[in-house]
Amino acid sequence: MVPISYYLILSGILFACGATGFLIKRNIISIFMSIELMLNGVNLSFVAFAAQWHALSGQIFVFFVMVVAAAEAAVGLAIIISVYRTRETLNVDHVDLLKL
Amino acid sequence: MTPHLHLWLIPVLPLVGATINGFLGKRFSRQTVAAVALLFSGAAFVMVLLVASRFSSLATPHIEFLATWIRAGKFQVDFSFYLDQLSLVMLLVVTGVGFLIHIYSVGYMWEEGGFYRFFTYLNLFMFFMLTLVLASNYLVMFIGWEGVGLASYLLIGFWFTKDSAASAGKKAFIVNRVGDFGFLIALFLLIKHFGSLNFDQVFRSVIPMGPETGGAGLLTAVGLLLMVGAAGKSAQIPLYVWLPDAMEGPTPVSALIHAATMVTAGVYMVSRSHVIFERAPMALTVVAIIGTLTALFAATIGITQTDIKKVLAYSTISQLGYMFMACGVGAFSAGIFHLMTHAFFKGLLFLAAGSVIHAVSGEQDMRQMGGLRTKIPWTFWTMTIATFAIAGIPPLAGFFSKDEILWRAYQASWVYWLIGLFTAFLTAFYMFRLWFMTFFGKYRGTAEAHEESAGDLAHGDTRPGAPASHRHGHGHGGIHESPRLMVIPLVVLAFLSLTGGWIGVPGSLGGSNRFDKFLGPVFHSTITAGVEGHGLAGEKEAEGPEPQTGHGTELIFTGISVLAGLLGLVLAWQLYYRNPQLPQQIAAGLGSLYDAVVHKYYIDELYAALFVKPLIAGSALILWHGIDQDVIDASVDNGAHGANEVSDSVRHMQSGNLRSYAGWVAAGAAAVIAYMVWMGTR
Repeated sequence: MVPISYYLILSGILFACGATGFLIKRNIISIFMSIELMLNGVNLSFVAFAAQWHALSGQIFVFFVMVVAAAEAAVGLAIIISVYRTRETLNVDHVDLLKL
Repeated sequence: MTPHLHLWLIPVLPLVGATINGFLGKRFSRQTVAAVALLFSGAAFVMVLLVASRFSSLATPHIEFLATWIRAGKFQVDFSFYLDQLSLVMLLVVTGVGFLIHIYSVGYMWEEGGFYRFFTYLNLFMFFMLTLVLASNYLVMFIGWEGVGLASYLLIGFWFTKDSAASAGKKAFIVNRVGDFGFLIALFLLIKHFGSLNFDQVFRSVIPMGPETGGAGLLTAVGLLLMVGAAGKSAQIPLYVWLPDAMEGPTPVSALIHAATMVTAGVYMVSRSHVIFERAPMALTVVAIIGTLTALFAATIGITQTDIKKVLAYSTISQLGYMFMACGVGAFSAGIFHLMTHAFFKGLLFLAAGSVIHAVSGEQDMRQMGGLRTKIPWTFWTMTIATFAIAGIPPLAGFFSKDEILWRAYQASWVYWLIGLFTAFLTAFYMFRLWFMTFFGKYRGTAEAHEESAGDLAHGDTRPGAPASHRHGHGHGGIHESPRLMVIPLVVLAFLSLTGGWIGVPGSLGGSNRFDKFLGPVFHSTITAGVEGHGLAGEKEAEGPEPQTGHGTELIFTGISVLAGLLGLVLAWQLYYRNPQLPQQIAAGLGSLYDAVVHKYYIDELYAALFVKPLIAGSALILWHGIDQDVIDASVDNGAHGANEVSDSVRHMQSGNLRSYAGWVAAGAAAVIAYMVWMGTR
């Protein structure tokens, strides 16, 4: 049996990759994918703990996260399309109308 | 079961008049304003007459309960009215003289701006004064007390565009505040020790107490504090300084508020509280001394004044001193008697003076008058009656009341009597001086030149001239008698000044002093009740309706005081009629003493140096610059500046850059994790 720490380390690496990508990427789609990566990192730790403790709730929670992620992907992609239509760019540094 | 008198109508009627004129008067014509004002003040007078006509069938004191005002535990204050002989006399004086002065004012103020405002204030004054007089407890009395102060302030500063009038109003109000402070403390003491402010309850608990002969006690403290209040309202030493300045107001106001009614509120209050004062001999002595000194002091200043209204103002202070002297020697009914006759003749003097001022187109300096006798005969004759009345020449009103006071003062101490007598002489002197300077000799004013100088504000009169005026309106044709509307009140008051004293003819002159007997139940009943408790035999003797001393002695004293009055007449005749240059020579001879008197003993300057300037300096330096600017303003300003600076530095976070926001979120999350890890390892 693979020790839980392995899963957790992998989960941490996935999350760190996602977070880093989120911070350094300029393309909105890349940022979006980084978010998915972070969510999946978290999902991995959920199922790892669920298997470790034989508790079903972790796995159920993962389903919820996946549902939310799917919904988010739908809404997010719609926003991205509309941003691209109005501003003709996907570089977030140029989408800064909200600044003071 | 006593009949319902609807006493509440008496004060409320003028209030209704004030409300109507106050809110709608601006749109009314002058006729309507005058009609409303006269209707409601006249209605109050009629109400008082109705009450008076049913008075004999009443059980006194008659208390009319209206509503509960304050209830806190056992302490209760009601809106209720108190009618006994004393308040009935005051009601008659206030509404009667007040109504006459309302009539006069219609004529006097006709050409002035703010006509409706004037009558609103005048009616408002009547409301508060009647509340004061009718109050059945000290707190309701205090409402009236403060209210008349307010009305007085508004009316002194009636011509508020004129700086001196505005500051005279403020002075009156502030000086009165000092007195009110004493009054309030007295009320607190009464609440603390008797748990009530109702006249009935307070006096009932005071009556069993013996006189505080051993030393100062509670009643002495209450008495002295009440006297502080009375000294403020009634312009006694040391708080008299506001009254001469109050002459900045229109002349009918001087007559109504600053001669006939409001300034006598202090005398009324002391008389109303006679139960307390009688048991505090020390307080009574203070009252008598203050009264006597004020009478003398103001009379000496009155001699040197040249402004006709200032002379009358000092005369009022002096006469109020007489009333306090009477109260101080325990002769409350004599004080009230003088209050009443004084209201007649001093009201008349002021109205006549107003008529003189009106005739000479706003001039107030007596040196610019003279020889007006034939030109304004009605004014002359009515003023003559008033002058003889105040000088104490029999058989006019002032003679009886003043003689009564002097006689009772003599029974207390010959010192009071002597000073009072000298003051009577001075009174006669300065009044006849005024009389001779105004009506006799040659006219010294710039007769028809008033047409040219009419617009000249520096002419030393109280009218603001501003939009006015009066002088332009009536100035044509030179000196002229006042309209009938002004003459009628003069004649009525002259009649009262002539006959008003006859209701109090003393026993020595074959009368029976019905006035004293009428007020008897107010001032004597409590004494006899007290005798049972603690044996106030000594006081009873002094207060007895008929003093034991024979009529012969009293007659001699009456003769002496009449002589003093006549002496004043003769002296004034010599100085201001036969040898008009002589006064200047005498003044020059007296040198600095004369200067001091002309400058009112520099009391105003002294007060300015002692109180006003340090107060203003302290307020400016410490309160204004120190606390207001450096602490209060600074804390608000610095708070705002601080918020501005902090936000300025923080606003750079809001870059609009998505990745920087994400960075902040990540940094925050990292910080939370670091914290939790650190907490976990501890």
